[in-house]
Amino acid sequence: MKANTESILEVRDLVKHFPLTQGIVVKRQIGAIKAVDGVSFDLHRGETLGIVGESGCGKSTLAKLLMALERPTSGSVRVHGRDITTARGAELKRMRRNIQMVMQDPYTSLNPRMTVGDIVGEPFEIHSDVVPKGGRRRRVQELLEVVGLNPDHINRYPHQFSGGQRQRIGIARGLALQPEIIICDEPVSALDVSIQAQVMNLLERLQNEFDLAYIFIAHDLSVVRHISDRVAVMYLGKIVELGSDAEIYDSPTHPYTQALLSAVPVPDPEGRETRQRIILQGDPPSPANPPSGCHFRTRCWKAQDICAEQTPALEARPGSGHPSACHFAEARDVVNAQ
Amino acid sequence: MTEVLSEQVGRGSHSGALLEVDDLHVEFRTRAGVAKAVNGVTYSVDAGETLAVLGESGSGKSVTAQTIMGILDMPPGKITGGEIRFRGVDLLKLPEDQRRRVRGEGISMVFQDALSALNPVFPVGWQIAEMFRMHRGTSRAEAKKKAVELMDRVRIPAAKDRVNDFPHQFSGGMRQRIMIAMAIALDPEILIADEPTTALDVTVQAQIMGLLAELQRDSNMGLILITHDLGVVADVADKIAVMYGGRIVENAPVHDLYKNPAHPYSKGLLESIPRVDHKGQELYAIKGLPPNLLEMPTGCAFHPRCPYRRDNCVTDVPPLYTISGTRGSACHYWREVIDEGEH
Ligand SMILES: Nc1ncnc2c1ncn2[C@@H]1O[C@H](COP(=O)(O)OP(=O)(O)OP(=O)(O)O)[C@@H](O)[C@H]1O
Ligand SMILES: Nc1ncnc2c1ncn2[C@@H]1O[C@H](COP(=O)(O)OP(=O)(O)OP(=O)(O)O)[C@@H](O)[C@H]1O
Ligand code: SF4
Ligand code: SF4
Ligand SMILES: [Mg+2]
Ligand SMILES: [Mg+2]
Repeated sequence: MKANTESILEVRDLVKHFPLTQGIVVKRQIGAIKAVDGVSFDLHRGETLGIVGESGCGKSTLAKLLMALERPTSGSVRVHGRDITTARGAELKRMRRNIQMVMQDPYTSLNPRMTVGDIVGEPFEIHSDVVPKGGRRRRVQELLEVVGLNPDHINRYPHQFSGGQRQRIGIARGLALQPEIIICDEPVSALDVSIQAQVMNLLERLQNEFDLAYIFIAHDLSVVRHISDRVAVMYLGKIVELGSDAEIYDSPTHPYTQALLSAVPVPDPEGRETRQRIILQGDPPSPANPPSGCHFRTRCWKAQDICAEQTPALEARPGSGHPSACHFAEARDVVNAQ
Repeated sequence: MTEVLSEQVGRGSHSGALLEVDDLHVEFRTRAGVAKAVNGVTYSVDAGETLAVLGESGSGKSVTAQTIMGILDMPPGKITGGEIRFRGVDLLKLPEDQRRRVRGEGISMVFQDALSALNPVFPVGWQIAEMFRMHRGTSRAEAKKKAVELMDRVRIPAAKDRVNDFPHQFSGGMRQRIMIAMAIALDPEILIADEPTTALDVTVQAQIMGLLAELQRDSNMGLILITHDLGVVADVADKIAVMYGGRIVENAPVHDLYKNPAHPYSKGLLESIPRVDHKGQELYAIKGLPPNLLEMPTGCAFHPRCPYRRDNCVTDVPPLYTISGTRGSACHYWREVIDEGEH
């Protein structure tokens, strides 16, 4: 959790539009789903950047773009200065070694027909120069041990493990190539509270041990606060606020962040009668047809005419020391509001 | 209130709570063996009251609810003991036709997964109206009018225009509202909500929980809220039943449990959650895994994971010790746990 400021990942103006087509025989494009719509941020060595936002705001699409599993419509993702979005062939393969991913669903993200040893060791097959063939089994067992699994279980299948254990298998696989960056897409969402804590503690221990940088995607704001050094809040394909954990949680300045935080139930019944809540009306608009100007304006209680006319940039402002994409950014502590 | 039941017992003529689950036992006979999913569950809820049922995946929360509703899969499920008293009448002894009346009118349920609980091939309004036609024999036109009223009541915008829309045309949050509309259609006295917001975003969750609270206030329903979210529980519950391995391991009024838990499992749970209101240190993690129902640990089912364990925990099943008139803990050493002080 001790982060320094050397950027190992630089994301600039990243855009991913999925074409919306009509017609079965002759496909006509009738629009686009703006899943990721101009995202920029840096990731520093050894830090955790949390990404929060509601379902459909583009978190997983962003993760796939960073992994070069999807090609962006425009923008760049630089890893140590080299753009992964334009890399091809051997160079792409080499760059990918450095960014690994842990997925949300421990029940479906592992191939049920492969043994744990095959799953964790698969990256060594793809990148055959990392560990010589003879040493692989030994290496896989070491990895299992690192994540707290019994190395003797190397020949078992995923269904013989619990959800938390399966998530550990995914993490062991992510560590195999000794990456600097691990992208975790909802890594604990499917787990019980008691198991969630085990996996989060493991992720923190591994970060310290291997100086890993995490991008930690989740919709649970408490989980994100616990693990993150900095947090980005997304709404309809854009980052609307970006800051340290204290900046985002104790003095959020974007109305959406404020609404999101105030909706999180606090696990303490004391004072619940007087706790203030901002209850947002309606659902987020479709990313195929986002509102003009500020995407949040259709649900924002502070919206003025300018909000429909001008897209607010993500930047520090008079009312916000950290970047916030609101014309009227102003700090308000909603979590501790009574 | 159902006529059937009112014939048997007049309103308020029995002394217990509105709904009482008493020492319920349910098992599943599968090829792998007998899974004891519910091993002596006891809880109760009164009109206007909110009981939160908390517990890990597989602890028997939904199976208990399905048994109350009379929709348990039998076989493989089998009720091997206990009573479920509604207004003092044991539902498990009622013939199916009377049971059916209780379902919907007396007790109804909102399921976790709204998309799969709604029928994809019928308009939502038709599905709501069907409740009135089936149970009350209401005419088509009248039932449809009522469906629109209900959709309004659960705040579906432009309900009149959307009554003929199909489930897939609604967002997850709106589908959950429609499920709630169906569940409250017949003015039930008890509503069981099984993880009503687990699949939803926090902002939508806040809307749905607000709606449930409002409906409850208006009609003085008893609410059984099944969840594993300790935040939601702290927000809305009057009292809590914590389940582990098919048993209630602790029951308590909400403030007592959060301030000073009396069972090591509840205590561990409270310590293992990250908080949105402060950053905190390393999380406490309950070690080990939930029990395998096919091979329940001997003695106290929590003993393989328990930091308070003594020798007798491995052999003696702890009864639900009475701590006070409103509190109980199924731990031999509850005094020690509770004495560790305020949270
Ligand atoms: N391959 C695709 N083709 C078309 N649309 C897509 C594709 N992948 C994602 N989308 C759309 O892009 C938007 C963002 O999706 P994404 O999966 O990134 O959201 P998310 O923030 O990860 O949501 P969740 O929290 O539900 O996982 C959604 O509207 C989604 O339907
Ligand atoms: N139809 C069934 N056949 C066999 N076993 C079943 C059946 N339904 C439930 N069970 C078993 O009964 C146990 C209790 O299940 P239940 O659904 O009540 O758990 P739960 O507490 O609701 O968990 P969750 O939080 O995951 O919903 C589980 O081990 C489950 O596998
Ligand atoms: S820019 Fe306007 S609409 Fe957008 S969040 Fe700020 S006040 Fe609300
Ligand atoms: S009875 Fe023993 S093992 Fe069970 S919870 Fe109490 S101390 Fe722990
Ligand atoms: Mg996603
Ligand atoms: Mg359940």
